[in-house]
Amino acid sequence: MNRDNVRDEVIRRSGTDPRKCMKCGKCSATCPSYDEMEGHPHEFVYMVENGDIEPLLASESIYRCLTCMACVERCPRGVEPAKIVESVRLEAIRKKGANRLTPEAVAAVADEELPQQAVVTAFRKYAK
Amino acid sequence: MQRIGVFVCWCGSNIAATVDVEAVSQALKDEPGVVFSTNYQYMCSQAGQDLIKQAVAEHGLTGIVICSCSPRMHETTFRRAAAAAGLNPYMVEIANIREQCSWVHKDIALGTQKAIVLGRAAVAKLHLNAPLTPGETPVTKRALVIGGGIAGIQTALDIADAGFKVDIVEKKPTIGGKMSQLDKTFPTLDCAACILTPKMVEAAQNENITIYSYSEVESVGGFVGNFDVTIRKKARYVNESICTGCGLCTEKCPVKNVPNEFNLGMDSRRAVYIPFAQAVPKVATIDPDYCNMLKNGKCGVCARVCTAGAIDYKQTDELIEQKYGAIVVATGYEPIKLDKFDEFAYNSSPDVITSLEFERLTNAAGPTSGKLLRPSDGKHPHRIVFVQCVGSRCAAAAGKGKEYCSKICCMYTAKQAMLVRDKYPDTEVYVFYIDVRTPGKNFDEFYRRAAEEYGVKYVKGMVGKISPQGEVLKVQASDLIAGRQLHIDADLVVLAAAIEPDRSARPLATMLTASMDTNDFFTEAHPKLRPVESPTAGVFLSGACQGPKDIPETVAQAGAAAAKVIGLLAKDKLTSNPCVASVDELMCNGCSSCERVCPYGAISYVNKEFRMPDRTVALRRVASVNPAVCQGCGACTVACMSGAMDLRGFEAKQIIAEVDAICK
Ligand SMILES: Cc1cc2nc3c(=O)[nH]c(=O)nc-3n(C[C@H](O)[C@H](O)[C@H](O)COP(=O)(O)OP(=O)(O)OC[C@H]3O[C@@H](n4cnc5c(N)ncnc54)[C@H](O)[C@@H]3O)c2cc1C
Ligand code: SF4
Ligand code: SF4
Ligand code: SF4
Ligand code: SF4
Repeated sequence: MNRDNVRDEVIRRSGTDPRKCMKCGKCSATCPSYDEMEGHPHEFVYMVENGDIEPLLASESIYRCLTCMACVERCPRGVEPAKIVESVRLEAIRKKGANRLTPEAVAAVADEELPQQAVVTAFRKYAK
Repeated sequence: MQRIGVFVCWCGSNIAATVDVEAVSQALKDEPGVVFSTNYQYMCSQAGQDLIKQAVAEHGLTGIVICSCSPRMHETTFRRAAAAAGLNPYMVEIANIREQCSWVHKDIALGTQKAIVLGRAAVAKLHLNAPLTPGETPVTKRALVIGGGIAGIQTALDIADAGFKVDIVEKKPTIGGKMSQLDKTFPTLDCAACILTPKMVEAAQNENITIYSYSEVESVGGFVGNFDVTIRKKARYVNESICTGCGLCTEKCPVKNVPNEFNLGMDSRRAVYIPFAQAVPKVATIDPDYCNMLKNGKCGVCARVCTAGAIDYKQTDELIEQKYGAIVVATGYEPIKLDKFDEFAYNSSPDVITSLEFERLTNAAGPTSGKLLRPSDGKHPHRIVFVQCVGSRCAAAAGKGKEYCSKICCMYTAKQAMLVRDKYPDTEVYVFYIDVRTPGKNFDEFYRRAAEEYGVKYVKGMVGKISPQGEVLKVQASDLIAGRQLHIDADLVVLAAAIEPDRSARPLATMLTASMDTNDFFTEAHPKLRPVESPTAGVFLSGACQGPKDIPETVAQAGAAAAKVIGLLAKDKLTSNPCVASVDELMCNGCSSCERVCPYGAISYVNKEFRMPDRTVALRRVASVNPAVCQGCGACTVACMSGAMDLRGFEAKQIIAEVDAICK
């Protein structure tokens, strides 16, 4: 798939429209996982809109999102960033041989501090 | 048989680029009754109008068809041209070949074909047109202004200045509106009271102005030039003409815990109160929800202390009926409720306040006598966070807030932030913004001063969460330029809440049959060319009831509305539209269907004697249309089951002729 096709597929699967984003940053302001992520919710929205999906696929950020939906709840434009993060995550999961966490690596990351939701999220890719 | 002239307009290239105008004028030449057909670059220009006059004279035309833009645009122009050529102005028909053809079609062949069909329909209709004469109605030389904020006050002063009587109806006990609650005002930082109260006093003293405070409009009937309005003057239990405003009663009243709405509930007032020292009219009002005497007949302190004998516990609401030639709506705005924005902790912390509350906190006449103190513990805040766009610019999909930009908050936030830094330089001030919108004379310079001279810290990014923790408010926000999430411990948070129209505006609009947009702001007749008129004749708009506005814009619009009112009141008579409904009494069976659908209340019933075929006389109930009230909407003609109701200029047979011509 070329770059535009990947973008269209990620957007379609997310069920959201990143063009509605007004770049206010409220999603990233609200995100409890901000410090764990290198690509933040508003950046996911912006990069997906522009088809810059490769760096996101390679980033750990997709497993750091807690799917807590705080960003979905607070976004003034109804963009639902978490669904975009989720869609990128699915893109990675469905891509064979790509940047994958091994079960051992998950254990190493899942320290005491890490919320359970994050552990579940990290394991999700192995459910398939 | 009519002798019809057809004039096809190019509208420059607006029409001519997508419609073959030559083909249209050629095709319409062959229509029955058409004795002249031509096309021209700009029919509405002087040369175009001269063309019409010349053709009427040369060809003895009895009616004309113009194929041009929408009749909403130039119907009046062409009717005037027809009249100047000696025709009855209602012998003009317009085929809209711009909005309905050239602007919606790309294909020249199709556009041309449709233009010919529309022109043909207009010709068919014109064959059945009859000359019409507009009626005349007198104008009541008195205006009503609803709402006594700066908008209403300015409009009233300007109308009064021109020598006309004007009444202000204000629902609160005093005029002044939101401006009376503000501290200093951008962009010049003069104090709101210093520039507003002289105008309030001027309104009270002007002999052409009557102020009905603590009053509301109960009903509106009639039409432009002749509105019949009932005003409910609510009982204030104080005789306004005797009360001297000394305020003794407000000091002695034993009920002390009534939330003071003027200070937005941040302190309390008595059951008998005067909203603020410069109130106009400066008279006391008793709050029936709290007054012991009115609730259970026990007390009477205010009556005992009032040396003027102004207290009257038996006072009742008074209904005042008055005729007006024009009505101005100036009902202003309200900040929205923040109940749905839990993330900002407005309902859970007293130290999270709205910008309007902030105005009261810094106002010398406010609850803290102008000292900036935290509502929770009365301490001076050392770190203040301002949040812009709270509840503004929210998509409908978000399920809360307003879609529009509230327009005034960027500027008043800059003002408030600047004033804090000026008065309390030891205070750290943050402003979180999505965009800073400051178009306007000296506005951007003003905002830059806040950042550059006063050291206000502007951070691009929204606040996501505020959690009260002990004495501080934990603010979590985006700093989009640095690419980090900020955590700030603030002492006070000020939310620039979106503004919305006053909640009474919707029922008022229904009474006035004035239209509103989806946000309940009043709609103007034309967004560019008629910004202070509502589409309902005789109803005008002033101030923030039409859309978010700051004071300079409000005052400019208030003056413009006044000019329109003065123009109307200066006329002795108004000509009324002759295209109104008329009833064929012989066919009417008095069923009331038409009366029920008429949105303007133009239909009533009369009992009339009719001579029957057997020479007896029968009394029958038949509909009667008041041509001055009828707006020609045509609803009744459709509702009438007997086919007795018809609309002049748009008679059923004319419409059928048009349809036939289109289907030919
Ligand atoms: C926090 C804050 C700070 C501001 N600071 C500034 C500033 O520094 N400079 C500036 O230029 N602008 C400022 N503004 C904007 C300013 O308040 C408005 O531009 C102005 O008040 C609009 O005037 P108005 O008369 O249209 O509306 P309002 O002031 O709202 O007046 C409307 C009046 O109509 C009355 N009313 C409503 N409905 C009815 C009814 N049905 N019947 C009878 N009466 C009715 C109301 O009681 C009220 O008295 C500020 C606004 C806010 C919220
Ligand atoms: S909160 Fe919504 S509008 Fe704001 S940056 Fe995030 S996705 Fe865009
Ligand atoms: S859903 Fe994911 S991206 Fe959104 S706020 Fe929660 S952790 Fe952050
Ligand atoms: S009612 Fe009487 S006591 Fe009260 S303000 Fe008026 S004059 Fe004074
Ligand atoms: S004026 Fe400024 S603060 Fe107010 S809604 Fe518009 S952009 Fe936001």
